[in-house]
Amino acid sequence: MLLTVLALTLVALALALPTLWRELSALRRRRAKLRIRPERRSIADPGKDRRAEARARELLRSCVNDEEWGMYRDLGFIRVRGATPGYSYLIYPNKPVVAYVPETGRLLNEYCVEFPDMSGAITGSRLPGSDDVLAKWMALTGDEHRLIHTANMHLPGRQVDPGRVRRDLWRLAQWERERSSARS
Amino acid sequence: MKFLRMRPGHGEVLLTEGDPDVQEDEERLVEEFRRQLDEGMWAAVPTHAPGSGRRQAVMIHGYDEIPSGADRVIFFPRASGG
Repeated sequence: MLLTVLALTLVALALALPTLWRELSALRRRRAKLRIRPERRSIADPGKDRRAEARARELLRSCVNDEEWGMYRDLGFIRVRGATPGYSYLIYPNKPVVAYVPETGRLLNEYCVEFPDMSGAITGSRLPGSDDVLAKWMALTGDEHRLIHTANMHLPGRQVDPGRVRRDLWRLAQWERERSSARS
Repeated sequence: MKFLRMRPGHGEVLLTEGDPDVQEDEERLVEEFRRQLDEGMWAAVPTHAPGSGRRQAVMIHGYDEIPSGADRVIFFPRASGG
């Protein structure tokens, strides 16, 4: 009798096995889909960075003078004259500050400096490009000595192509000539 | 006076604002100023350089250093070597 029951149980299990296997596979697929869904929801808003940059540009514009704003708008960088005569700096967004001699155009150094905001590290620590420019501008015009001593100093060419900087200095000279002739 | 802070992915955000001549507002401004410095921020006030059209910033290390008449203080993350 016991053997009959055991045999019947085994037969029932054997018959139910394909159905159980199908159900288990379906359950696995449903779980995998649930795991994918949160990733889909976390796709970044493509306009967010652009809006942040637009806000940053407005703030920068409200802080610097007309000449500096025009320079940034037209050329993509700002020239700041150093407190020490004979030194000037080019401020690029999210790139090192480049020091040079205005009279000769000789490149002196690259000052690598960042403004990492670790309080919101989950969403990234890098400021929008124009905020980075404004932070450098404020730090340079407000306390040049401190910024220069905080930065890592390198020879020209480490991160910014010297050829590009020379072209930018030429473009700046052209831009200033056009601006002064338009005024007169 | 407004306190603004640069934030990654956002641009500037308004932290707080108030009239420094009103005691209640001033207390709130002082508290917020300290909080920002404690979080490692630098503070600056954009101003006109005296006697020229040049603009510059004044770095502020304490609430008492904010120039009178300043309409905003901008907080931004402390610089570090990149």
